Amino acid sequence: MKKIFSKFYLALILIFFYLPILYTIIFSFNDSRSLTVFKGFSLQWYERMFNDRNMMQAIWYTFVIAILATIISTIVGTIASIGLSKSRKALQLAIEQVNNLSVMNPEIVTAIGLLMLFSSFRVIEKGFLTLLLAHIAFCIPYVMLSVSPKLRSLDPNLAEAALDLGATPWQALTKVIVPQILPGIVSGALIAFTMSIDDFVISYFVTGNGVSNISILVYSMSKRINPSINAVSTLVIIIITVVLILVNIVPMLRKKKEVA
Amino acid sequence: MKKFARMAYPYAIWAIVMIVLPMLMILFYAFSTQGNDVVQVRLTLDNFIYFLTEPVLLKVLATSFKIALITTVICVLIGYPAAYFMAKLGNKYQNLMMLLITLPTWINMLVRTYAWLGMLQSGGLFDTVLGYLGIGPKQMIGTEGAVIFVMVYNFLPFMILQIYSQLIKMDTSYLEAAADLGADRVQSFWRVTFPLSLPGVISGITLVFLPAASTFQISQLIGQGSVQLIGNVIENYFLTTGDWNKGSAISLIMAVIIIISMYLTKKADKESAGKRRAV
Repeated sequence: MKKIFSKFYLALILIFFYLPILYTIIFSFNDSRSLTVFKGFSLQWYERMFNDRNMMQAIWYTFVIAILATIISTIVGTIASIGLSKSRKALQLAIEQVNNLSVMNPEIVTAIGLLMLFSSFRVIEKGFLTLLLAHIAFCIPYVMLSVSPKLRSLDPNLAEAALDLGATPWQALTKVIVPQILPGIVSGALIAFTMSIDDFVISYFVTGNGVSNISILVYSMSKRINPSINAVSTLVIIIITVVLILVNIVPMLRKKKEVA
Repeated sequence: MKKFARMAYPYAIWAIVMIVLPMLMILFYAFSTQGNDVVQVRLTLDNFIYFLTEPVLLKVLATSFKIALITTVICVLIGYPAAYFMAKLGNKYQNLMMLLITLPTWINMLVRTYAWLGMLQSGGLFDTVLGYLGIGPKQMIGTEGAVIFVMVYNFLPFMILQIYSQLIKMDTSYLEAAADLGADRVQSFWRVTFPLSLPGVISGITLVFLPAASTFQISQLIGQGSVQLIGNVIENYFLTTGDWNKGSAISLIMAVIIIISMYLTKKADKESAGKRRAV
C-alpha cells in the first residue's frame, strides 16, 4: 500500500514536469494558431520557423555561442585551476571568493554589472562579442568549481615525479595532470554548455544590435501568440534530450566494452 | 612548480575585469547620482532614501519576497516526499528518476515557462479541466498564483535533487539502531532521517529562493505585466529609462536582503545541528 502511494506520488511529479514539454511538442504540430485547441496535424510552424531569418539566426547564435563559450571557458578554467593549485594560499582564497561571488550572485546583478561594464568602456560594440564574453565570464567559475576538487585530491608529488623523470613541464601537464583530472574537466564543460544554452537574463542585458539567442527570442515574441515558438522549443527540447542521453549512455556503453 | 603557478595570473586579471569591476560599478552608481561624470562625483544616499520612502517600490519589494518565500515553502513541501520516495527506490530506478528529473532543468527556462502560457490561458488545458470540475472558468494568467505555480515548476527539480543527494548519503545503520532502540517508523523519521537530511533542504532552499526572488522573466511572461517584482523594476531602470543609479541601488538592496536571508537560514541550520548534538 505504502509502496503504491510512493510510486503514484513520483508518477504525479513526473507528469507535472513533462506535461508542459509534451504540450509544447504536440502544439508545435497544430494546424491552427490556437495554443489551446488542437485542430489537426500540420508542419506549417516548422516551415515558418525555417523561413524566419530572425529565428534561424537566434538558433544559430545560441549554439555557436554555447560551443565557443564552452571550449574557451573549459580551457581557461582548467589552466587557471591548475595554476591556482600551485599558487600561494592567499591568491587561491581570493580567486575562490571571487568565483563564489559570481556563482552566488543573482543573475540579474551579474547582468547589470556586465551591461554597465560594456557600455561604459566602449571598447567593443554590444552584440555577438559582448554576448560571448559574458557567457565565458559566467561559465569559467563553474568549470573551476568542477576541476579544482579533482586537483585537490591529486597527489602533489605526481607532477614533480614526472619532471624528475625527464618530462618537460608541457608533458607533465598534458600527460600526467590533465588525464588525472579529465572527469572534472568533462563535467565542467558539460555544466558550462548547459549554462550557456539556458541563459536568458545575462544575455538579454548585454546583447545589442539585434543579436539574440533562443531565450531572448522567446521572451520578445511571447507578447503575441506565435506558435512558431513551439516549433523552436521542440527543436531545443529534442537537441538537449539527445545530447543528455548521449552523455549518459556513451560512458555506460564504454564501460560495458571494457568489461567485455 | 613556480611555472605552473604562473598559469593562474591571466585568469586573475580576467576575474578582476569581468567579475570584480562590474560589482564595484554597481556600488559606485548606487551611491552617486546622475551625471555620470567621474570627476565631479558626489557620494550620496539619495537613491536608497528614494526607495525606502516610495510606497509603490516598497510594495514591490514585499511582493517579491512574499512570492519567493511561498515558492520556496511549496518546493520543500512537495519536494521532500518526492526525494524521500526516490531514495527508497531500487538502484536502477533511482538512476532513471535522477535522469528524468534532471532532464527538464536542462531545457531552456524560457521555453518551459512559455509552455505554461498556453496551458494556463483562459480556454486552455487547465481552464477546461477546472471547468469540468465545476471550479472554472478562471482567469489564471496575470495572477500571483500563476506566477508562483510556474516558479515552483521551474525550481522544484533543484529542491528534489538536493534533498535526494543528502538522503542517499545517510548511513542506514542509524535507522537500524533507532529500530533496535524501540523507535517506530514515524519516530525514527523525525528524530533520525529528517535532521540528517536538513543540509540538503538548506541547499535546496538556497537554490530556489535566490532565483525566485530575483527573476523577472517568469513574472513578465506569466504575470503579463500585472505582477511586478523587483526584477521587473531593475529591468525597467536599465533597459527602459536608463537610470543606472536607481537601478544599481535597488539591485544592491535586493542582493543584501537575499544575502541576509541566506545567512539566517544557514545559521538556523547550524543552531539546530548544535542542539541535535547536545541531545
